[in-house]
Amino acid sequence: MNRSIWVFADYRNYFQNRVTLQLLAKANQLAAQIGAEVCAVVLGYKIDEYVAEYIAHGAQKVVVVEHRSLQKYSMEKYAVLMERLARDYQPEIILIGATAFGRELAPRVAKRLGTGLTADCIGLEMTEDGLLRQIAPSFGGNLVAEILTPEHRPQMATVRAGIFQEIPHNNSLHGEVVRIPLPKDLPKDRLRLIAYQRQPQRDQRLEDARVVVCGGRGMGSKKKFKKLFELAQLLAGEVGATRPVVYAGWIDNDALVGQAGRNIRPQILFSFGISGAIQHTAAVTDAEFIIAVNKNPNATMMKMADVAVVADANQLCSALIKELKDRIQT
Amino acid sequence: MLKLVVCIKQVPMVSELPWDPNTRTLKRNLAEGMMNPACGHALEAALQIKKQHGGHIVAITMGPPMAEEVLYEAIAMGADRGVLLTDRSMAGGDTSATSYTLARAIKKECPDFDLVLCGCYTSDSETAQVGPQLAEELDVPGAAYIEHIAVKDGAFRLHRVTDNFLEVLEMDMPGLVTVTTHTYMPRYPSLEGLQSAFARSDIKILNARDLRLDPAKIGVNGSPTKIINVYSPTAAKKNIVMQGTAKKVVDEIFAKFADRISGAIGKDLKTHYHDNKACTK
Repeated sequence: MNRSIWVFADYRNYFQNRVTLQLLAKANQLAAQIGAEVCAVVLGYKIDEYVAEYIAHGAQKVVVVEHRSLQKYSMEKYAVLMERLARDYQPEIILIGATAFGRELAPRVAKRLGTGLTADCIGLEMTEDGLLRQIAPSFGGNLVAEILTPEHRPQMATVRAGIFQEIPHNNSLHGEVVRIPLPKDLPKDRLRLIAYQRQPQRDQRLEDARVVVCGGRGMGSKKKFKKLFELAQLLAGEVGATRPVVYAGWIDNDALVGQAGRNIRPQILFSFGISGAIQHTAAVTDAEFIIAVNKNPNATMMKMADVAVVADANQLCSALIKELKDRIQT
Repeated sequence: MLKLVVCIKQVPMVSELPWDPNTRTLKRNLAEGMMNPACGHALEAALQIKKQHGGHIVAITMGPPMAEEVLYEAIAMGADRGVLLTDRSMAGGDTSATSYTLARAIKKECPDFDLVLCGCYTSDSETAQVGPQLAEELDVPGAAYIEHIAVKDGAFRLHRVTDNFLEVLEMDMPGLVTVTTHTYMPRYPSLEGLQSAFARSDIKILNARDLRLDPAKIGVNGSPTKIINVYSPTAAKKNIVMQGTAKKVVDEIFAKFADRISGAIGKDLKTHYHDNKACTK
């Protein structure tokens, strides 16, 4: 039997499906290192469009269980199906998106298979011994842990959205589709969905934003500060600000990032003209990647940044906007 | 009358925790402990169910002897009794080992429970895995991130908002829920409650032998996952300094980090030159 890396197909809404595509891309990288095939596992009803999409995004095989009774996500049925499929096909690795559903499904599947699981990975690599190195934040993001599942199989991990980049859709890719009939002896659901309603997409809050553009007094003026909104829009992000900027009335109090305001944990924080008072820096320590711009290379914010750009914040903001407009296709 | 079990974890109050590089675990004994916030919400949910339908609440915690503190707090808030699982051999367990241990304790101390309530995650490890795995161990239905619990016609009626869906669920008894921090704001224990909790509280202490735990399934050795390295992410930062004209710096940022930015914003930032050519063909 071929060694395989599985990706659980989470497709219930647009964002969940994006994570699935991102995981397929990562699975392809990992699979190349251990000579494995990448397999998407799709459970549901009328799911052909997803099967085709996953193949076009790098799944060499798609295992499908399609049945009317799987039309809606069912935690218990899905957990049992994933367990049985994994026992039959014995994948080396199972990756599951860290959506609310995935974060509940994965531990149940891991428990049923008697294997380990790492939550919310921010990185995945193969070790020289061919083990999956699972890199995950620990202790509220203050520490990063590297975790292995040395003896138990499959090695399982959930991964947050936006960590990996999906492979562009490629219709010339081919994949094998394996259709498995629904087992007749599935347990009856003890948890039943009575009603559900798709929620309108909530306004992205600063705390949830993947990209935050924060500005301080170094932006120069209220008028110049407004450029940050244009930049944030291009980056699908939110605008935050320091205390002095809020006091000056350049932006609402609502946008205050700091001790008396909001704590943020974006994947990328752009920090413009912020020197870095402790009340502000304490609220941004969970940012995964910080690009700071300041004329003063010795500012605290510059010292804690991954990339410290010594420049005028306002000018660099304009240059970034121009470059992004060039690069983003509309 | 409902039999309710609330699982509570004591977590360190400070976020800057000393790390022991030899044992690869946190030096929990050096930090001031507190009840994990989400566990407080789970306990509050149990207290409200008890008030409405009558019931008996057992609070269970696992940890070093000092974790008994959170049981006093739980009893002061209104739990009927507490169970502390403490044993060196249980230490350092991952979620698989922890859920096994908790399940054994629940089966021994409250085998005829109607509902187990957990916090949706802990503030120290944030895996959110123990609740769902505990449901598997107990072989009961489970639902995570619950915001509202009602008892109706011998079943639980649950509300949650997950992955942008508002869901109403019906769960058979017995079952397990993990409770979010959005609702069921925990009450403060009254001074009177605290005094009586310390004066005559019913707390049972159990070790691995009392629970007849399989040593191969508990603690560090019984954990399928192994932590091989831990480091501070800020220490790993390279702090690349860039300077020059705005245009030069921006080019450098995209040359080095276009993939990272593209991944975060979910937009393609690299291939437009090729595509433009293809379009004009």
